[in-house]
Amino acid sequence: MISPEQMIGVSIGLPLLALALIFLFGKHPNVREACTLIVSTLLFAVVCGLAGHVFAGERPEWRIGEMIPGFELGFRVEPLGMLFALVASGLWILTTVYAVGYMRGHHEQHQTRFFGCFALAIFAALSAAFSANLFTLFVAYEVMTISTYPLVTHHGDQAARNGGRVYLGILLSTSIAFFMLAIAWTWFLAGTLDFKQGGILADAYAEGRISHTQLGVLLGLFAFGIGKAALMPFHRWLPAAMVAPTPVSALLHAVAVVKVGVFSVLKVAVFVFGIDLLHTTGVSVWLAYVAGVTILLASLIAMTKDNLKARLAYSTVSQLAYITLGAALATPESVIGGGMHIAMHAVGKITLFFCAGAIYVATHKKNVSELRGLGRAMPFTFAAFFIASVSIIGLPPGGGSWSKWLLAVGTAENHLYWLTAALMISSLLNIAYLIPIPVRAFMVVPQAGTVGTESEPAPEVPRQWNIQEAPGMCVVPLCVTAVLSVLLFFAAESIYEVLLPITTEG
Amino acid sequence: MIANQLPVLLIVLPLIAAPLCVLLGSRRMAYPLALIVSWCTFAISIALIARVMQTGPIHYDLGNWEPPYGIEYVVDYLSGFVMLFVAGIGAVVLAYAPRSVAAEIAPGKQTMFYASYLLCLAGLLGMCVTGDLFNVFVFLEISSLSSYALISLGSTRRAPLAALKYLILGTVGATFFLIGVGLVYQMTGTLNMEDIAARLPTVGGPRTVLVAFAFMTIGLCIKMAVFPVHTWLPNAYTYAPSVVTAFIAATATKVSVYAFVRLVYSIFTPQFAFGLLPLDTALSGLALVGIFAASAAAIYQENVKRLLAYSSIAQIGYMLLGISMANQDGVTAGVVHMFNHAIIKGGLFMVVGCFALRLGSVQMEDWRGAGKTMPWTAFAWALGGLALIGVPLTVGFVSKWLLLTSALESGRWGVAILMLCSSLLAIVYVWRVIETLYFAEPSEKAKQATEAPLSMLIPTYAMIGCTLLFGVWTTYSAGLAGRAAASLLGGAP
Repeated sequence: MISPEQMIGVSIGLPLLALALIFLFGKHPNVREACTLIVSTLLFAVVCGLAGHVFAGERPEWRIGEMIPGFELGFRVEPLGMLFALVASGLWILTTVYAVGYMRGHHEQHQTRFFGCFALAIFAALSAAFSANLFTLFVAYEVMTISTYPLVTHHGDQAARNGGRVYLGILLSTSIAFFMLAIAWTWFLAGTLDFKQGGILADAYAEGRISHTQLGVLLGLFAFGIGKAALMPFHRWLPAAMVAPTPVSALLHAVAVVKVGVFSVLKVAVFVFGIDLLHTTGVSVWLAYVAGVTILLASLIAMTKDNLKARLAYSTVSQLAYITLGAALATPESVIGGGMHIAMHAVGKITLFFCAGAIYVATHKKNVSELRGLGRAMPFTFAAFFIASVSIIGLPPGGGSWSKWLLAVGTAENHLYWLTAALMISSLLNIAYLIPIPVRAFMVVPQAGTVGTESEPAPEVPRQWNIQEAPGMCVVPLCVTAVLSVLLFFAAESIYEVLLPITTEG
Repeated sequence: MIANQLPVLLIVLPLIAAPLCVLLGSRRMAYPLALIVSWCTFAISIALIARVMQTGPIHYDLGNWEPPYGIEYVVDYLSGFVMLFVAGIGAVVLAYAPRSVAAEIAPGKQTMFYASYLLCLAGLLGMCVTGDLFNVFVFLEISSLSSYALISLGSTRRAPLAALKYLILGTVGATFFLIGVGLVYQMTGTLNMEDIAARLPTVGGPRTVLVAFAFMTIGLCIKMAVFPVHTWLPNAYTYAPSVVTAFIAATATKVSVYAFVRLVYSIFTPQFAFGLLPLDTALSGLALVGIFAASAAAIYQENVKRLLAYSSIAQIGYMLLGISMANQDGVTAGVVHMFNHAIIKGGLFMVVGCFALRLGSVQMEDWRGAGKTMPWTAFAWALGGLALIGVPLTVGFVSKWLLLTSALESGRWGVAILMLCSSLLAIVYVWRVIETLYFAEPSEKAKQATEAPLSMLIPTYAMIGCTLLFGVWTTYSAGLAGRAAASLLGGAP
């Protein structure tokens, strides 16, 4: 049996092994994909093994050594990171299966580069999840940004170039201008960058080395510097990244990239500031309001989008702000709610993106208005879409209901009733922009000619249940994730118990 | 024992090999000779630095004349560090050279090229290891004169003009330096650096000290291409042959920075330069203005070599920022950035050389879409560009991080924020080229291009690989620079 310490190394090394294998077998697609699948399954097994130890209360550590004199690369696994690692590695398997179906169904070019960058992004996600200090987290964060750029610009055309510009421009500049400064400032104040239960800034504040206002500014530098959390007004990269092939949007912009962002925000709130410090000083209240505004505005924008992926993108912006809100409220319930929402939203949103991709592969339709009546042709896809929507909205029996409940409790505990109202309104808006899609797909029978355009004539209207689903490799993963999003509803209690130590241990 | 003669062999070997190249007369013979000599100097410098790390600084009396009567060579942490990377880059660039030289320099001039190259290498290494102020001037002139010759070998007719411009400004700089040396000699009666440092009445001394310092500082600023006196650099880098640009951009300005650090920290003391004189404020001000102005200029260049040249001026600003902070971390950052920037710029100019060979042009419009036909070369640019921006796991991040933390440590918030903002400009100019390479419709030249030859790609990747290697493994880059900074600042190394 390998020790938990070794498991950290193995689980970070496995994606790199996958990367090497992918480039080694680049000429043989079947071998290449088989390797990716085997490695990702192995990875998930190892991460599960590690999770057993971590959830039992162990905190395995692996210090690599100093990268720059005084600044160390190191890993230390705690429950929040473990949960994120589980989600990322578990969904990597499904996404790989899905990506094979999608990329081949679509005859995409440069598949080796695609799968290679994918593995690199997973490597970055796991490194971020296990990071023991802010420095390691920052390195992983930046590796993630760079490794996903070739994925976003995969098509290599004008649209991809522009999308990539916004993507890289916002993510790199916020991280360099704000995040890096915030880390250096933290180091200057605390003399360390290690994540510690209860935070590392409390002493500096107590000794008066940082004033109340400055503490708020520092929090702002973190919150906006972590551009991947897509807090408005630095959210534009997320819709821009939707030029990427759908599997990229699915795994990266519903799970890995964005979740690294909100995960970092949570980590900073809990282990750098400490929820006690945030709570007693109240410096994070403004952030809660910014998050509330982002939740509402992004939902409203999502309603106006006809392009399905754009709609899902703005929905993601809104849902990410829930997690930032959880961090900003700084109560044990809200932080756990935020952590739980990482998992709930990941599973739900990846299903929605999978569905969008499956619809595109099967019918080449991108817009919501063109989907009427398609439910009869693609019943599994739209059923999955419906189930995942329920979870995203936060209705039982979707997993999202628990995390949203905890967050709402958090707002009420802080007596921020405007924010409670914002959460409720946002859920209503979610219903308004998500539910009509599957409902219309199933209920409305389109009349010939209403759907098509001149360039693309309307397909034959399926009058019966004439099933024309996307390839099986696309449909199976999305059914699995849809089922998962319901199962998580029942697993919420154990997630709660697992995450509880991060708020109480000390 | 030959081991004791290594400091002088480091200089003598290339110095003798240079005329030998000309005497041999044929380029078939000249190249292997130059290559062997340059790798020998690299090996010597590794042996020297290893000894320094074991037993401390090496003092070598030339011709057994004891200082202050004779010339002394000193290899300590700082000089050893600079010497090491200058010799290393000299060797790698020469390994890369033959194909590019064959394409860009007329056959009749190639022997002269290798001879000048070795002379330039000898001059730069000499500036590092000498412990004698006048000798610094001599080697400065050796390296400068040979680099004028190297630049004028460029294939366009503008090259000689660029070399002339550099000659005029460079000579002004060197003359200023010489005037300063003369004044110091008059004051102290010695030319040995340690001796001068002991005898120079920096605090409360006569005005002559001030004048000497001013002349030397301005002289070296011209050679370093500090912002307002940088004007020789863009043309010189642009019109020189690719190999020359790669070598000079990576080494020449850095060695001048080294000489400046020596001058300020070892001879005139930081108390004098930063305490009595406001040189730190002036330098960091000039550095910041230079960083922004040069980076902004780089964004608008259509010629990639010129783009990198402006970027070099900006990067010199980062080194000066670190040096002007006068604390352990700041000097470490400044010194390590000399090395880091040397390998980044060396690598990027080598990439430019590969493109120049296959596309016959360094204009950005001719590079359009070359990422499809020359994937490996284009990827090398992407890696080097990331290092130039300062993305983690590359050397650029190491220097930026050290600079940032030392700026905060010494309470220079403005510097920290401006420095971070300025690196956003680097993203713009690096990404312009990346987008041109990967996303634009291929130009006619790019369509017909084939991948660069392995004889050039392997050294290029060796250099670019170093930017990644020393981005995660800093024992011998930031570690050595840290020791150098500690010994400069008077602490135990």
